[in-house]
Amino acid sequence: MALVEVEHLSKRFVAKRSLWGRALRHVHAVEDVSLYVKEGETLSLVGESGCGKSTLGRCILRLHEPTSGSVKFRGIEITKLPPRELRTLRREMQIIFQDPHGSLNPRMTVRQTLAEPLRVHGIVTSKGEEEDRVAELMRRVGLRPELMNRYPHEFSGGQKQRIGIARALTVSPKFIVADEPISALDVSIQAQIVNLMRDLQEELGLSYLFIAHDLAIVEYLSHRVAVMYLGRIVEEAAARDLYREPKHPYTQALLSAAPVPDPKREKKRLVLAGDVPSPLAPPPGCAFHPRCPIAQRGLCDVERPELRPIGEGRRVACHLAR
Amino acid sequence: MDPRVISRFRRNRGALAGAALVSFVLLLGLVGPWIAPHPPAKQFRTELLEQGLPVGPLEREGHLLGGDQLGRDQLSRLLHGARLSISIALLATAIAVFIGVSVGLVSGYLGGFVDGALMRLVDIVLSLPFLLIAIVAQKSLDASGVLFISTLLGVLSWTSLARITRAKTMQARALEYVEAARALGFRGPRILFRHVLPNVAGPAFAIGTLMVANMILAESALSFLGFGLQPPAASWGSMLSESQTLMEWQPTLTLFPALLIVITVFGFNLLGEGLRDVFDARL
Repeated sequence: MALVEVEHLSKRFVAKRSLWGRALRHVHAVEDVSLYVKEGETLSLVGESGCGKSTLGRCILRLHEPTSGSVKFRGIEITKLPPRELRTLRREMQIIFQDPHGSLNPRMTVRQTLAEPLRVHGIVTSKGEEEDRVAELMRRVGLRPELMNRYPHEFSGGQKQRIGIARALTVSPKFIVADEPISALDVSIQAQIVNLMRDLQEELGLSYLFIAHDLAIVEYLSHRVAVMYLGRIVEEAAARDLYREPKHPYTQALLSAAPVPDPKREKKRLVLAGDVPSPLAPPPGCAFHPRCPIAQRGLCDVERPELRPIGEGRRVACHLAR
Repeated sequence: MDPRVISRFRRNRGALAGAALVSFVLLLGLVGPWIAPHPPAKQFRTELLEQGLPVGPLEREGHLLGGDQLGRDQLSRLLHGARLSISIALLATAIAVFIGVSVGLVSGYLGGFVDGALMRLVDIVLSLPFLLIAIVAQKSLDASGVLFISTLLGVLSWTSLARITRAKTMQARALEYVEAARALGFRGPRILFRHVLPNVAGPAFAIGTLMVANMILAESALSFLGFGLQPPAASWGSMLSESQTLMEWQPTLTLFPALLIVITVFGFNLLGEGLRDVFDARL
């Protein structure tokens, strides 16, 4: 059984209300998404900004309330869980944020930040225990415990991200949503954080939903990859398969945009025309057809392709993919 | 407190000048009644009244600022009035800040129906004509104590603060560390007080300071119109009111309380605006 199972999840935000508060227009941020994450596995969720990947991650943790669909954690349906039980379950699922600066309370020291969840969940009961545990967490993420009484602004971006990771680890979760955890960091630091996350996964048996906006970063970390476009998953495959032979034209375009660290290799860039259409008014048929290099008139602009199995453990939402 | 806030405050001359004026006025309110040479209601009919008219400043030994229309020592009344005026202003502000911040926090954090209901309540309170309500309340309840007037002022002036707090709370709610707190399973009150409130407290403090100035003015206006503190109690506003018939004979009776009101309002405004800049550079 998968650790996390998402079925037909949708999230709509109200974009416009009438004077009486009735919803007039919706943004379909996430549309009918199904996916799963197995224990000890990393599923990467890739897509352009605004495609709904962060919203999806937050719906799984119920930081947003999904509009419809189901999210199961260890088989427990969490979309309808009452607040009390949800709080208990939150120990199992955590989140790491994109902005290492904004994700830490500037008025709390590292020690206070890490000690708060420990105390709230009754993991530590005395000052001494608290200090030991905080020190251990800091060492675990590669920070010197002597720095525990410092404030966030005294740390670099990479260090702050480590603190954010340590905070997620305070409650010993099994599943972590990493919402673009390295996008805001320098390239040299990105690798350190990715390595740290990989080490933690091995030591603690963590499962990740790793959200990113380009494919290059996630190759090293992912077991499987799901590509999102305008709120829907357009392709899902084992990482190796996806990188070797992308089936969906959007995935192909994303891959061709990723820099390859080999100057001799000739690359044909597949540049997409236009912008992501507004999720307020998604195009008819396949949402990708206005930008698709191989779209066929009368097919792609009329009928929306379902996400269909294609090969072993692989799904693609394209009429033309073989 | 954040050391950056303190250093920004030190570099803000307006705020420093305001702080000096406010300290002076607060000190006056604190020790005024103790250093006043005479009881505020005691009449010196022979010394301070000449043919029914008050004597002016520096005309009588022991009565520095002369007497008022009933022959009471003007300086003593001003000093006693300081405590009353300032107590009312501070108490009224405290009430307004408490209601405003609570409503704003709850409204901004919960959103949805609660938010809608509370914001309509704000609209309603905002649409109440202040003086009319004050007069009706005073007449129908027949009350005029410090507590009554403070409550009246406070209950009618929390709205702007509620709106600002609500906006700040909504901003803070979207902060990632507040989201992290929710993801960690903290309860609503903990998140509100530990993680949201500190973002709201600075601006609320600055606006509260500005509000003290308005409260001083509002109390003066009420007293001037005769609906504030009732005689023989002395507040700066009621002294203004009582002196108006003699303004041509003895302008200093009007001048001194008016001057104190101006100093207080100016000081609190300077300090409040300075604090606003210090806490929130973007405003």
